[in-house]
Amino acid sequence: MVENLLTEKLTAADPMLPGLFRIHRILKESYDTFTVELVSLEGYQTFPFEAGQFNMLYVYGVGEIPVSISGDPLHPETLVHTTRVVGTVTRAMRELKIGDVIGVRGPFGSAWPVQAAKGNDLVFVAGGIGLAPLRPALYQILAQRDRYGKIVLLYGCRSPEDILFRKELEKWRARFDLEIYVTVDYANTRWHGNVGVVTKLIPKAPFDPLNTIAMVCGPEVMMRFTAIELQKRGVNPDNIYISMERNMKCAVGFCGHCQFGPTFICKNGPVYPYSQMQNWLTMWEI
Amino acid sequence: MALPSSFPVSPPLIFERKDLQKLLEVLNAQGYRVIGPTVRDGAVIYDEVQSDHEFPVGWTDSQSAGTYRLEKSDSKALFAYTASPQSWKRFLHPPALTLWEAHRSNGTFQITAEDASPRYAFVGVRACELQAIAIQDKVFLYSEFMDPHYKARRENTFIVAVNCGRAGGTCFCVSMNTGPKASSGFDLALTEILEDERHYFVVEIGSEAGAEIMRELPHRPAGEGEIEAAERILAQTAASMGRELKTDDLKELLYRSYESPRWDDVARRCLTCGNCTLVCPTCFCTTVEDVTDLTGEQAQRVRKWDSCFTMDFSYIHGGSVRYSTKSRYRQWLTHKLATWIDQFGTSGCVGCGRCITWCPVGIDITEEVQAVRAGGGKTSKKGAKHENV
Ligand SMILES: Cc1cc2nc3c(=O)[nH]c(=O)nc-3n(C[C@H](O)[C@H](O)[C@H](O)COP(=O)(O)OP(=O)(O)OC[C@H]3O[C@@H](n4cnc5c(N)ncnc54)[C@H](O)[C@@H]3O)c2cc1C
Ligand code: SF4
Ligand code: SF4
Ligand code: FES
Repeated sequence: MVENLLTEKLTAADPMLPGLFRIHRILKESYDTFTVELVSLEGYQTFPFEAGQFNMLYVYGVGEIPVSISGDPLHPETLVHTTRVVGTVTRAMRELKIGDVIGVRGPFGSAWPVQAAKGNDLVFVAGGIGLAPLRPALYQILAQRDRYGKIVLLYGCRSPEDILFRKELEKWRARFDLEIYVTVDYANTRWHGNVGVVTKLIPKAPFDPLNTIAMVCGPEVMMRFTAIELQKRGVNPDNIYISMERNMKCAVGFCGHCQFGPTFICKNGPVYPYSQMQNWLTMWEI
Repeated sequence: MALPSSFPVSPPLIFERKDLQKLLEVLNAQGYRVIGPTVRDGAVIYDEVQSDHEFPVGWTDSQSAGTYRLEKSDSKALFAYTASPQSWKRFLHPPALTLWEAHRSNGTFQITAEDASPRYAFVGVRACELQAIAIQDKVFLYSEFMDPHYKARRENTFIVAVNCGRAGGTCFCVSMNTGPKASSGFDLALTEILEDERHYFVVEIGSEAGAEIMRELPHRPAGEGEIEAAERILAQTAASMGRELKTDDLKELLYRSYESPRWDDVARRCLTCGNCTLVCPTCFCTTVEDVTDLTGEQAQRVRKWDSCFTMDFSYIHGGSVRYSTKSRYRQWLTHKLATWIDQFGTSGCVGCGRCITWCPVGIDITEEVQAVRAGGGKTSKKGAKHENV
């Protein structure tokens, strides 16, 4: 029997009301993916967030969807989102022009363990659009590079045309303190890099498994097999972090859509230690 | 507003049946819109009531898995019916609610949110329904975020509970420890007594607001015999529950039973119609609809009740996560009785029996749990793994 608690004083902020943002810049990342930079129309100079968190983005009259923040947490003056076009809302979002206004609620959810990872080697494993939610963590970590050990980014895409943030990847690749390996599922003749799934890169990647934090974002199967490969190398499942995705209608724990077993991905996730999700991920249709 | 928990326990009072109309008038005079039980289209529903003649005088119901039938008797009892197809959720968490409106002009838009809700007085809230309200309070008021729409309605609501003088055919509140007697969460709680040509209520006061209303009504202290009469009635109700659900080790059992073969069995009967979630007083799930008018200058975001039994509920790009019937039934039952406990510190089922009565094919939550239990958390032979890409 729960006691009735209606005696506390409650505050009246409405977590379902979007704030208004103007599109300041649009970058085409690939044939189906684009990045928008947003500034507040309501006078907020910054949009503080933690790497791994997401916002609910509302396109006027069309709908609202969860999208991770892909910008730099140390530069919160612009709010940055990278979106892949897959359906109604993302398509409508691509039609927007510089100067157009969208609704933003957030930031919501849990973050990558950027602080806790200090002193460790870091392995980032991204699949497709999964690189976007990891980018804020990369920015933040590279800004304090000396606090971390080896850093490896393993990135898998469907084809060379799907590779996101190319310029940035090239710039990072030129550094001597960060190793980047990219692989594609299907290559054209001009591609001279790796071909095959991203998990194949794990056995040879240079990191100390007993002293590594892994941050993994991509399709669910990819994350599961990545975690299995990392564990084969000796990485503790408590040190592997994944970002989960489910249908979301509210992001604040009211709509029930994002439930995954006992957790709500919108408020307990999206970032979880793999050890916490491990058993659930082996079951069907959770 | 119900229950400051520190409210001193005052001795029960007696309030005569003939004065019930006065209660409605006093509540009205204080600005409440009174919602109570009334008979419509062959069922007891909750709607606005002006006069005590509108209560279901003499009506009882017979309920079993998949069946609900009202029965008229010569009795003068007003509250002899049991759980009705509706619950109070439709007032506190309405089936459709406009969250906000947007107006577009000059290449931008403005968002405004307005929510006017009546001050409700609920008359006839059952013990299990009080518990259901307390459970939705946890979802909408006491989790990480607070829903101001729910809060506005909930805070202003005056609650007159009515203890059950009869158990329904599908009730199991005793198993869930939620009834049949209202123990908290009310402003006033009544027990209806008809004996020796007398018709009266034993009243318990649950809040200062409740005490204030009673001061405006004729009443007197209850005698020992009257209090005993009320206790006798409640003991009889508790002893005649239509159903039983064994709750020991239930959460752990269900966590062990994700691969139970029983899910295949129930999936052969379940129509995934979602009736069980709509009638359930604790189910809170919603979806949203974004609509614009013909000119495109006005847009609205409307929140509507949803059900985990639909395909759309778990849709993510590429398909639905829970595409099979068995996974959706498993989600529903496991959420109610297991994962809810980890999410909100309480079971999501209060034992009202509505999902059993209103299931078109008579699927019975108590029977399904019993069957899963008999399997002891065994794994289905076809525990086929599926990859969500
Ligand atoms: C926490 C989180 C972070 C995300 N971050 C990004 C990101 O950074 N970049 C990006 O491109 N995408 C991201 N997504 C996925 C993105 O939300 C979906 O691609 C988007 O909802 C599809 O909407 P749609 O209307 O275009 O597609 P439709 O297929 O038309 O979808 C209809 C509706 O289904 C729901 N839906 C469909 N696909 C998804 C999905 N994959 N996840 C959740 N709900 C879905 C939405 O409510 C959507 O409005 C994220 C999802 C989550 C849960
Ligand atoms: S699950 Fe069924 S019995 Fe339990 S509260 Fe909901 S409708 Fe009532
Ligand atoms: S049982 Fe289904 S509809 Fe009811 S609260 Fe749980 S997920 Fe939502
Ligand atoms: S998105 Fe609504 S509960 Fe998580």
